[in-house]
Amino acid sequence: MEKALKRYAPIFVLPTFAAFVIGFIWPFVQGLYLSFCKFTTVDNASWVGISNYIAAIKDASFTSSFKFTVFFAVVSILSINIIAFMLATLLTQKLKGTNVFRTVFFMPNLIGGIVLGYIWQILINCLLSIIGQPILALNSTAGYWGLIILMCWQQIGYMMIIYIAGLQNVSDDLIEAAAIDGAGGWDVLWRIKIPMVMSSITICVFLTLTNSFKLFDQNLALTGGEPSHSTEMIALNIYQTFYARSGMQWKGYGQAKAVIFCVIVILISLIQLNATRSKEVQQ
Amino acid sequence: MKEKKSISNTIWTIVLAIAAVLWMYPIFMILMNSVKKESAISTAAAFSLPGADSFAGLANYVDAIASKGFLSSLGFSFLITVTSVIAILLFCSMCAWYVTRVNSIISKMLYYMFVFSMVVPFQMVMFTLSQTADRLKLNTPYNIWIIYLGFGAGLAVFMFCGFVKSIPVEVEEAAMIDGCNPLQTFFLIDLHILKPTMISVGILEAMWVWNDYLLPTLVLDIKKYKTIPMLIQYFRGSYGKVEMGPMMACIMLTVIPIIIVYLAGQKYIIKGVAAGAVKG
Repeated sequence: MEKALKRYAPIFVLPTFAAFVIGFIWPFVQGLYLSFCKFTTVDNASWVGISNYIAAIKDASFTSSFKFTVFFAVVSILSINIIAFMLATLLTQKLKGTNVFRTVFFMPNLIGGIVLGYIWQILINCLLSIIGQPILALNSTAGYWGLIILMCWQQIGYMMIIYIAGLQNVSDDLIEAAAIDGAGGWDVLWRIKIPMVMSSITICVFLTLTNSFKLFDQNLALTGGEPSHSTEMIALNIYQTFYARSGMQWKGYGQAKAVIFCVIVILISLIQLNATRSKEVQQ
Repeated sequence: MKEKKSISNTIWTIVLAIAAVLWMYPIFMILMNSVKKESAISTAAAFSLPGADSFAGLANYVDAIASKGFLSSLGFSFLITVTSVIAILLFCSMCAWYVTRVNSIISKMLYYMFVFSMVVPFQMVMFTLSQTADRLKLNTPYNIWIIYLGFGAGLAVFMFCGFVKSIPVEVEEAAMIDGCNPLQTFFLIDLHILKPTMISVGILEAMWVWNDYLLPTLVLDIKKYKTIPMLIQYFRGSYGKVEMGPMMACIMLTVIPIIIVYLAGQKYIIKGVAAGAVKG
């Protein structure tokens, strides 16, 4: 069969592969090369070595956006996963109206980042002006918590669905057996449910981690990095370096930042996958 | 014991019901403001219901549709999403089948490249990708699907590969012995077995393409073509006073179709998400 299939390789593989080269491989390789160049378009690039990287690391706005992203990621990963897991546990208890709740909690996930950002900007600004605080454009603390709340609102439903699927696979026999052996609700949670859904936890932590690091639309729409770049996350910082400044050097800096960002995201996701995979149990 | 359990269940149901109402409040708030007169919309009064003198009826909606280009944006968004998703489903499932069934170094390398592309952040390629798209004239809503096929291939091929592995090879071999060529085998046999996966992948990719902001902004000419997320961002970014009324009407017009599609197909959407995650 393999032989017959190989003759058809152009038909099966070529369309995707050609688009993949245009949409990913070529831009990726070119981007890697351009991070060592000074340029404004791809045609006028001149080699400058690693000076872009040095400038990127020395750029205070880049390091502060990196810190902001890390603080944001830690809090949002924890809150999204804990709340989503709690909801999933409740929704697998055969409560009345489970389907309605599931439908409602999942819904914000389908709305795009830009629209979500504006909805929450209006809501949070109104809340802030009622309690007499400065609005989002002038208030970086509110911007930070606003982003967390927004991400929770969007992502909890999605993670909840994954956790529900995981919890439904834990057999009732196992829980019953544990109860007979004298395990309380807390024991069942920590010693049976959580280890049994470890693979769901791996996926959810991975998704929330990469989503928080790559967050762009919501950041742009909710705060736009205001006030004075203090709520700017890495992705937005790179975008601003590329498109909000004029001058030969900026695009090179931006591309170098993007490469650093890319390496960080890959490293963090690898570390995370290894760490939680090792805790998974074979079923 | 049983009584205690049912009481605590009732309490939890009530807690969840309150949470669910709060969960929906932001959308209700936009709906409320979208029917207010422009002069009545202010930062501090966003929570108040429209009164007799501030109620504008559907004027904002009419304005959004008539003069703010909402319909053309809706059309472009729809066109881009449909073409991209069809292309991704068709070509990526074929590619994934080949990659899984042919055991060679090239197909292994391809697979790992697809997996790698899933993790890479868009900012890494955004500048070079937009330049490549310009050069190849892929910068219109009619052929931007090629870019989406390329950049979305990673997730789709990865998910399809996971499911193709669970299809027994014997079925395909039997078809081939009966005289099917690989194309016939794929389209007559595998495509049907892959249907549930198609729905999962289709939903995930459609959600991504429909809501995507940065890629179309960088690739398309914003003066000629705006997708819905671009239109809403353009509203806010334009100089001068932002017209809040029509903007909120636009947001509602964006959200309502999503809710309708979701309520109609929620069984598939929720299943699709769960299945996609298990394999992912």
